[in-house]
Amino acid sequence: MTGTLRALLAALVLSMVFAAPLAGPALAVQPDEVLEDPALESRARDISAGLRCLVCRNESIDDSNAELARDMRLLVRERLVAGDSDEEVVDFIVDRFGEYVLLQPSVTGSNLVLWLAGPVMLLLGGAIGWSYLRRRGRAGETPADALSEAEADRLREIMKE
Amino acid sequence: MITELGHFALVLAFLVACVQAVVPLIGAHRRWPGWMAFAEPAANMQFLLTALSFAALTYAFVTSDFSLKLVTLNSHSAKPMLYKITGVWGNHEGSMLLWVLIVTLFGAFAAWFGGNLPPTLKARVLAVQGMIGVAFFAFILFTSNPFLRMAVPPFDGQDLNPLLQDPGLAFHPPFLYLGYVGLSMTFSFAVAALIEGRIDAAWGRWVRPYTLAAWVFLTIGIGLGSWWAYYELGWGGFWFWDPVENASFMPWLIAAALLHSAIVVEKRESMKSWTVLLAIIAFGFSMVGAFITRSGVLTSVHAFATDPERGMFLLLITAVFMLGGLTLFAARANMMQAKGVFSLVSRESALVVNNILLGVAAFVVFVGTIWPLVSEMLFDRKLSVGAPFFNMAFTPFMVVLGLVLPLGAMLPWKRGNLRRVAGSLRYAFVLALAVGALAWAMQSGRSALGPVGLFLGAWLVSGAAVDLWGRTGRSGNRLSRLGRLPRADWGKAVAHAGLGVTMAGVAGLMAWETEDIRVLQVGESLELSGYELTLLDVREIDGPNYDSTQGVVRLVRDGKEISTLYPEKRFYPVAKMPTTEAAIDIGFWRDVYVVVGDPQDNGGWAVRTYYKPLANWIWGGSILMALGGALSLSDRRYRVAAGANKARAVSGGVPAE
Repeated sequence: MTGTLRALLAALVLSMVFAAPLAGPALAVQPDEVLEDPALESRARDISAGLRCLVCRNESIDDSNAELARDMRLLVRERLVAGDSDEEVVDFIVDRFGEYVLLQPSVTGSNLVLWLAGPVMLLLGGAIGWSYLRRRGRAGETPADALSEAEADRLREIMKE
Repeated sequence: MITELGHFALVLAFLVACVQAVVPLIGAHRRWPGWMAFAEPAANMQFLLTALSFAALTYAFVTSDFSLKLVTLNSHSAKPMLYKITGVWGNHEGSMLLWVLIVTLFGAFAAWFGGNLPPTLKARVLAVQGMIGVAFFAFILFTSNPFLRMAVPPFDGQDLNPLLQDPGLAFHPPFLYLGYVGLSMTFSFAVAALIEGRIDAAWGRWVRPYTLAAWVFLTIGIGLGSWWAYYELGWGGFWFWDPVENASFMPWLIAAALLHSAIVVEKRESMKSWTVLLAIIAFGFSMVGAFITRSGVLTSVHAFATDPERGMFLLLITAVFMLGGLTLFAARANMMQAKGVFSLVSRESALVVNNILLGVAAFVVFVGTIWPLVSEMLFDRKLSVGAPFFNMAFTPFMVVLGLVLPLGAMLPWKRGNLRRVAGSLRYAFVLALAVGALAWAMQSGRSALGPVGLFLGAWLVSGAAVDLWGRTGRSGNRLSRLGRLPRADWGKAVAHAGLGVTMAGVAGLMAWETEDIRVLQVGESLELSGYELTLLDVREIDGPNYDSTQGVVRLVRDGKEISTLYPEKRFYPVAKMPTTEAAIDIGFWRDVYVVVGDPQDNGGWAVRTYYKPLANWIWGGSILMALGGALSLSDRRYRVAAGANKARAVSGGVPAE
């Protein structure tokens, strides 16, 4: 299903973006967008990979071929050429489009829950696992099997075959 | 007429499922053999009726019967036959029918090969499977009926989404469903055993093949989907951490945890309650996956045809089964006494670590997937959780898993000696370090991702080899003994090595990919990572149901022509949709990936080329993992335990407990 639906949605987004059917899908980053300075361009690509295309589904503006994504890519490059640092560019975009454009949510406020969920769960799981292992290690061999005679026979038979 | 028969068969199957959900359960409770025995023919009948219904829908698609709404919306008379057939499940209604067909198939499977199950357990398993059937039949009949007619049939259909007209994607859903629904079987076994009040080694042995099969199918399904995204979406991404992808990844992780903990139940009668809990949760994640993909709540950015009715129904099904399963679990938790005793350093402990890592990793994916929803509802913060988060939060678990896996896999049951195991793995470790160091020395960038990935890959593969070799004893003809090792041993080694290969592939591709975007005039060349690519021609060609602009690109390395690539841009006039068909020169060490874009004002063409190192290792590793699972599944002890008709005769004579 994953693929089916994702394709369906991708198709839908595509068809919305290309309201008038074009000859073919445009590429994400167009040759005319690429900056002269390779260092600056590589920074632009890194920043773009972390920004969400607002009209797409879970695509970064670097991957998306939507018009809006192109505008945002151009905006990022414009700011970089103007001499902004990476953080300033991102802040500039977030100021205009909101927190929603960040593909990596900030580590602030309620988002701490998201970021700490993994580590806390790992500690919790580790603690439970540890105490379980300790208990198993300490418990003496339980004397008899809880299986009845007949059941044990049948189990042996299954195992043997 | 055939359509109506199909519809009728579906309704009948629903009724059979209703009876199957109740009668055997009462029979098992009251110890009435006749009522219990009802489960088997009911499961068969349910499967036959659903298969009939599915065949009727397929027939409608094959003959392009546009009086059926579903066929009109998703097919076209000019579509190639393969995609007419796969179009049956290339839409919501048809895919649900396939889903329920697989539910009944697994039920019938348990009826055919469950000869050695105690009669009460078998009756209960089939009854629970019947309940799952009831839920999905009701879902289809009341919210997603594929057999609706059109009042005025059109001359032709609206065609299947062109992105779906592709072999990779055509067979991706059936495999995924076999995986998702395979987990319904483990759920049925868990619930039946809880009702029965008995979880023992035999239960572990019965439930493991279904888990293993489900996991193998999920592996294949996810692999196919990722491969499709790689070559079809036009920029060679293989995993996007999209909610819909995560929906299939979470059950995969949980199933991986479950198939390991079931070994502990089977061999050592420990971790029973945890395993039962996992079996319930695994199916829960399958259901959550179905809910995510079909309700559209998590993809709400754009008004995709979200259907609240379907979403609510699925949520209801999920809630009922999860609440029911977990309540039963809580009520019976005290009867699951662990038996086996083991020390801190042992295979059991290693598998506990495996389960913690896989479980927490699945939890991280789950939280990340639903966080946008939670955050918007509870904190009024509209935000996105995308690939950068998952890469950062998920990867550490896989790195640790890769590090400890070869050690844990070689520890003996009950009590092990870490030093001895580490000693036998020292050459594997040195080899892996050497590979990682070599990668570090050769790469130009300073990212640790590539070297770490290759180190883990080499460590897992060589660790698996050492493990296998160590099982052949100390002397004598070890090579011939290697061939005669149980298939489960081979399966374990192959699957673990496959995980290593996939890890190396993912890391290598992400770390060392290079890309070139430029305008090429016909006849011009560009250079990419030592390859020279020349755009020889761009021409128009006609496909069966599309028009295409095809580029002709020559690939040369060191003055020697390697191949000619034909990247295409297709346009499907009926669906009014363009697609890109990347051209890929596939190699063991790297792919060269070419996409042709739009014509430019000055006469050239936008051309994107990628050099993708180790790309195919990702899917090669997935194939190895699936193969390992299949080898394990074909191990003698399951073939015997599952297929024995003799055992059935014996158990038939034993009165119900």
